Amino acid sequence: MSENTQQQQSGAVQTTGHAWDGDLQEFNNPLPRWWVWTFYATIVFSLVYWVIFPTWPYANTYTKGVANTITFKNDQGEDVTTHWNTRSLLIEEMQTGEEALKQKAYLQKVNAASYDEILSDPDMMAFTESTAKVLFADNCAACHGPGAALPSSAFGLYPNLADDAWLWGGKLEDIEATLQKGRKGYMPAFGSTLSEEQLDQVASYVLSLSMEGVDAEKVAAGKEIFNGQAGGCHYCHTKEATGLKSQGSANLTDAIWTVANVPSAPTAEAKLVAIKQVIRNGINRVMPAWSGRLSDDEIKQLAIYVHQRGGGK
Amino acid sequence: MAEQQTDQQPLYEARRSIFPRSVKGRFRNIKWAILAFAYGVYFLLPWMRWERAAGPDQAVLFDLVGRKFYLFGLTVYPQDIFWLAGFLMLAAYLLFFVTGIAGRVFCGYFCFQTLWTDVFVLVERLVQGERPARIRLAKQPMNGEKVLKLGLTHLLWLLVAFATGLSFVLYWGNAPDLILDFFTGQAPFAAYGTTLFLTATTYVMAGHAREQVCTYMCPYSRFQSAMFDKDTLVVSYDSKRGEGSAGRARLGKGRKSQEERQAAGVGDCIDCGYCVQVCPTGIDIRNGLQIQCISCALCIDACDTIMDSLGWERGLVAYTSERQAEEGRRARLLRPKVLGYFLVLLIIVAALAWNVSHQQLFDLSVAQERQPLYVTLSDGRIQNSYEFKMNNKTGGPLQLEFEIVGLEGAELDLGNFSHIELAPDQRLRLRAHIKYAPQAVESGSKQFSVRAVPVNREDLQPFEKGAVFSWPAKN
Repeated sequence: MSENTQQQQSGAVQTTGHAWDGDLQEFNNPLPRWWVWTFYATIVFSLVYWVIFPTWPYANTYTKGVANTITFKNDQGEDVTTHWNTRSLLIEEMQTGEEALKQKAYLQKVNAASYDEILSDPDMMAFTESTAKVLFADNCAACHGPGAALPSSAFGLYPNLADDAWLWGGKLEDIEATLQKGRKGYMPAFGSTLSEEQLDQVASYVLSLSMEGVDAEKVAAGKEIFNGQAGGCHYCHTKEATGLKSQGSANLTDAIWTVANVPSAPTAEAKLVAIKQVIRNGINRVMPAWSGRLSDDEIKQLAIYVHQRGGGK
Repeated sequence: MAEQQTDQQPLYEARRSIFPRSVKGRFRNIKWAILAFAYGVYFLLPWMRWERAAGPDQAVLFDLVGRKFYLFGLTVYPQDIFWLAGFLMLAAYLLFFVTGIAGRVFCGYFCFQTLWTDVFVLVERLVQGERPARIRLAKQPMNGEKVLKLGLTHLLWLLVAFATGLSFVLYWGNAPDLILDFFTGQAPFAAYGTTLFLTATTYVMAGHAREQVCTYMCPYSRFQSAMFDKDTLVVSYDSKRGEGSAGRARLGKGRKSQEERQAAGVGDCIDCGYCVQVCPTGIDIRNGLQIQCISCALCIDACDTIMDSLGWERGLVAYTSERQAEEGRRARLLRPKVLGYFLVLLIIVAALAWNVSHQQLFDLSVAQERQPLYVTLSDGRIQNSYEFKMNNKTGGPLQLEFEIVGLEGAELDLGNFSHIELAPDQRLRLRAHIKYAPQAVESGSKQFSVRAVPVNREDLQPFEKGAVFSWPAKN
């Protein structure tokens, strides 16, 4: 079976000394010494690393690292020093890092520029788009939807900011005012002051403003109510029914419906039902004022962002 | 069955020093020529100038910060990174192709480890002398002479390593400015760090590690055997001729001329050991092809020199193939493997050449906004919003105007940016609105394209990019 043979040639590689099947042997090449010492060096490195950086848990805490602290400024402007950790590292880098400071400088430039200057500069526009996208997602999207327009499943809850119909004005100054001061979107409920027949007539008139083929008799009667004392709609919506910026009243003559779900209603009857619902129950929506919660610069960027969604004037 | 304890060999051993002797010959000359060419390109290329309309005037510059690689007349942008993939494929297949034909000639003639080790050994030889002198110096105790010679050797090594590291860094910035900044302390930290790192690694690898890189570290040496076949050229000792029937023998009484030696059955190898002395990896080629052999052919030059001095035929150690050695037939060059690799190389070269020469000098990408997909406007039209991204790689200013193709009566609204002017290498992101009244018969989406027309460049074709316009299915 196995035999033992010694292979000893001076200078040649030795074998392990064992032979299988008579003459099957195995070389025993020595490993290079530098390889082993490099391995020892990595062990030493790790020991040093354990001392310098937070590493080992013990009791209910952990080793914090020696002579390795990070200092940054807190909200009050005071210096805060902590042991090394990535959260502190991030804060410090955002305050002193080269790229963070460059971003701060650019932000200051954008904040100092006027609306016209920003709208004419593609770089500043792209920058505003990026920063305001996050602001919008954090603050506005909860009500207005991620793309500034709610999906059809949430039809009518809050105004669509991506179209070109503006209840409170679509100029940048108007949008900024809306953000700073907030708005109260109020339409009285006419369910108790108008009869069902009257509701039907007013709804027909309103529908006729943007659609053909509505019952002419009902439309005429509805117009009376709209422009007269019985309904008084013209006070807010104007006699032309184009809406008043100061009241936040909708333009009833355009193709956009944002509260009554007229586009999805299959028949004229269904459309009338939708419109009647709104007149009967009124509208009571609140846009919060953001002047305390967001800085003026953030509001400025959001104003541009909203203006650019699709319909800024 | 008791096992005898053999002498336990140590598990680890220090490197056995190798003192390669110098040699003259064909292959040594080829190696020097390749070395001179490679060093010339490596050290001088960063200094070569190239006129450009926009951009630095250095011929080869890898501008990492500006995200552009300048290669003579070609500017490579991040989106062209697949050219690098093509180039790497080309390099790999070229390696396999050459290795299949001629074995490890890359190792022996062109590998940077070999080139720099060659130079470092040359420095050693110039300072410390030929092989016997170097061996003597290594053995003697530390005295004035040894300190001086070793000190000078290592100093020169460090200088060469430093020059190597610094030259590498010069590819990543404008060489004249960068070298001035480097020596006045104004270069960025990356320049100093990289130079230090490369100086250290060059010094260690070429000065101390040497053949151990080839033997222990390089993966290429391990899978070379997968690329060889019977027709591959390898450095080989003709053992039939060298050993004869009675083995090799030194020149001596009755062993001087070839007739005498052949009569005694002794081979042509005179056991001078020259081939072993010149080997940079310290092997004896007479034992056959070994993993350490880098195919540098210095042993061929050595044996040829000896054969010439004896007036005998060359080729006792020579480039040959297994097929030649075993079957006596010449190595086949046109075999399927070689032809296959060559075909692949042709395809890759053609594809790369076509791709680079047909580089689009400006482009436009159109991304439709998904939230919301469409919006109804007050006049009943539908509006979709898009992000236009455009890029100017023409090297000069570019004026673009946009048209909508495929949507009847559509209106394009770019805000204040209807007429775009792009500086050389400038990129722009714009928000675009397209307003369109869909026909009643059309379904909920329509393909169209945006055409970017370069109005100031007659020689450039307009660029069209397809997109989709969406609206609710029921109008």
